[in-house]
Amino acid sequence: MSGAASTLILRAAPQEGGRALLTEAAWDALPAALAAEPDLALLALWAEPGLVHAAFLREADAALLLASVPATEGHYAALSPVRPGAIRFERMIRDLWGLTARDATDLRPWLDHGRWPVTGPLSARPAPNTAPPPQPEFLPAEGEGVHQIPVGPIHAGVIEPGHFRFHVLGETVVRLEARLGYAHKGSLALMLGRSPRAAARYASRLSGDSTVAHSWAFARAAEQALAVEVPPRAVHLRAVMAELERIHNHLNDWGFVCNDAAFAFPHARCAILREGVLRAARIAFGHRLMMDAVLPGGVALDIAEAGPAAIHAALDAVAEELPSLLRIYDSHASLQDRVVGTGHTAPVLVARFAAGGHVGRAAGRGFDARRALPYAPYDALPPEVPVFEAGDVDARVRVRIAELGCSIDLVRALLAGLPSGEISVPLPQRAGEGVALVEGFRGECLHWLRLDDGGLIRAAFMRDPSWLQWPLLEAAIRDNIVADFPLCNKSFNASYSGVDL
Amino acid sequence: MLWPKLARNLLGRPVTAAAPAVSDEAVAALVARLEGAARARLGRSLAIRAVDCGSCNGCELELNALQNPVHDLERFGLRFVASPRHADVLMLTGPLTRNMREALEHAYAATPDPKWVVAVGDCAVDGGVFKGSYAVEGGAGAAVPVDLIIPGCPPAPEQLLAGLLSLLEAETETPRASS
Ligand code: SF4
Repeated sequence: MSGAASTLILRAAPQEGGRALLTEAAWDALPAALAAEPDLALLALWAEPGLVHAAFLREADAALLLASVPATEGHYAALSPVRPGAIRFERMIRDLWGLTARDATDLRPWLDHGRWPVTGPLSARPAPNTAPPPQPEFLPAEGEGVHQIPVGPIHAGVIEPGHFRFHVLGETVVRLEARLGYAHKGSLALMLGRSPRAAARYASRLSGDSTVAHSWAFARAAEQALAVEVPPRAVHLRAVMAELERIHNHLNDWGFVCNDAAFAFPHARCAILREGVLRAARIAFGHRLMMDAVLPGGVALDIAEAGPAAIHAALDAVAEELPSLLRIYDSHASLQDRVVGTGHTAPVLVARFAAGGHVGRAAGRGFDARRALPYAPYDALPPEVPVFEAGDVDARVRVRIAELGCSIDLVRALLAGLPSGEISVPLPQRAGEGVALVEGFRGECLHWLRLDDGGLIRAAFMRDPSWLQWPLLEAAIRDNIVADFPLCNKSFNASYSGVDL
Repeated sequence: MLWPKLARNLLGRPVTAAAPAVSDEAVAALVARLEGAARARLGRSLAIRAVDCGSCNGCELELNALQNPVHDLERFGLRFVASPRHADVLMLTGPLTRNMREALEHAYAATPDPKWVVAVGDCAVDGGVFKGSYAVEGGAGAAVPVDLIIPGCPPAPEQLLAGLLSLLEAETETPRASS
């Protein structure tokens, strides 16, 4: 079962929390071993002062493997030559921790635009930054008639900031490169030295649209570190919130995709249904987006008495309208013409980046953390995971639509079987390390943290699924026309803030 | 397929919610900020340019919800526009990251006078939970003069609407005798 790379990791010295500490020599052998074991997907790469960490997923048996290497001299062997998903992580590690990936594919700055007062803000000794901000460099595209279109960081719509550099030939996109980092708030630094309870607000605000999923993943990582069991009622309530989050986001994006194809009716209907779901969430959990509702140890508030009825009513409205909305989506040639075949992502590319969520499931990669690495309550209530093959805008929309139905069923079942009892437990104050994956609406959210003896955060990382989806957007838009970019972008709906940290 | 549904929507009850109440104090404060001549020029219709200065995107979700048929921002003469050059109001979200400061300054400079600046959400007010980070300026006010703040994390659409309506009120009200 074990390939070269997983053997290398499994043979190394296991640390607390199951993470393997590789020697520098063993890590140096990792790139070649990874090349020999394509099934071992890279999920994340991050660091702390003097130490680089990686999270891998062995696709065949869904084993999660964590590996670390000391970067004593300030560098470590790059994984990007064999795992292209590592490129942006390596650039981030250099920007935040000042550690350099040897033989990396790309070492241009990523989050650091040269505008912070320090360089290496998370390194042991941040240095004052005195240089003027450098001009960004973009990857070239050559050929007669190729010209560039710079877009952003401020976009025309009410969306997040980011810069897109298009190289186009006539109407056709030859190359797109995204330059992100505009929303970098320094969340990781703010979490250090705080208790998991106090740091949870940063997980809640990594990406507002996934606030429940990220809070839950963070909470589970903390609970694992402290070996805390969460009461069953809290677990069920978390899942109710997470599914409501999936529903409101899927409705939102489905509507927006139609709107970007200039078809306003589904947009209006989806927005009304979504508003109903958000209002039900406010009645049930006191906040429309359910921010700060999931805390390490449990949930902040019990569901309000009027909550279940409000949620049922909102979901009944969605369920009732879904079939007719789908018929409208299906039967309008003007809309289908825009979405079918547009923004295609090749299944091999999706597999190579291990892209999750609707981006993966629209192109044959069926990974869903709720099923692959089941956690309560999904271990008892495994959700259906719809998978499509086409890999275009339409397939990504269809994953969302299919998931709407699954999530509605899940919420109904969860509310029907809501256990009674406590909604949270106190957390002990001690050392530990934990990692958790929670499936959000756009894919799996991975959180890792390490606590010191006083139970305060020594190191942490929050990996939004968008890390592995953004690069595929650049591939999806190639050879499409510029006018289809909004459609493609919305069908991905990758998070800017989520990856900007 | 679509027509029967459209017809039903035309005949059915409107989904739009009633407008929220506007605070008199907020209006009075705004009136004091903008001179009569400027107010007359703005009129009872405002073009809004939203600029995300590094938010978590929670505030954007609620700004977008303002445009849904339930809140229907446009019935008040308020609308989002794509360029700061067409805007009367800048609505700023996020703690103003250092990486966004220059872009915001460009957008502000490109917005014609007279203009209002609204800081939307706790982050834009003073940095919110991100206050003190090496990567943020600590609120929109660090780079541009702010006329109105709408706190909340994120502010709900009714709160956003109440804030915007107070701008409209301020524009049509007679200025107080200035001291
Ligand atoms: S105020 Fe709250 S919702 Fe708005 S950007 Fe800040 S953290 Fe996000």
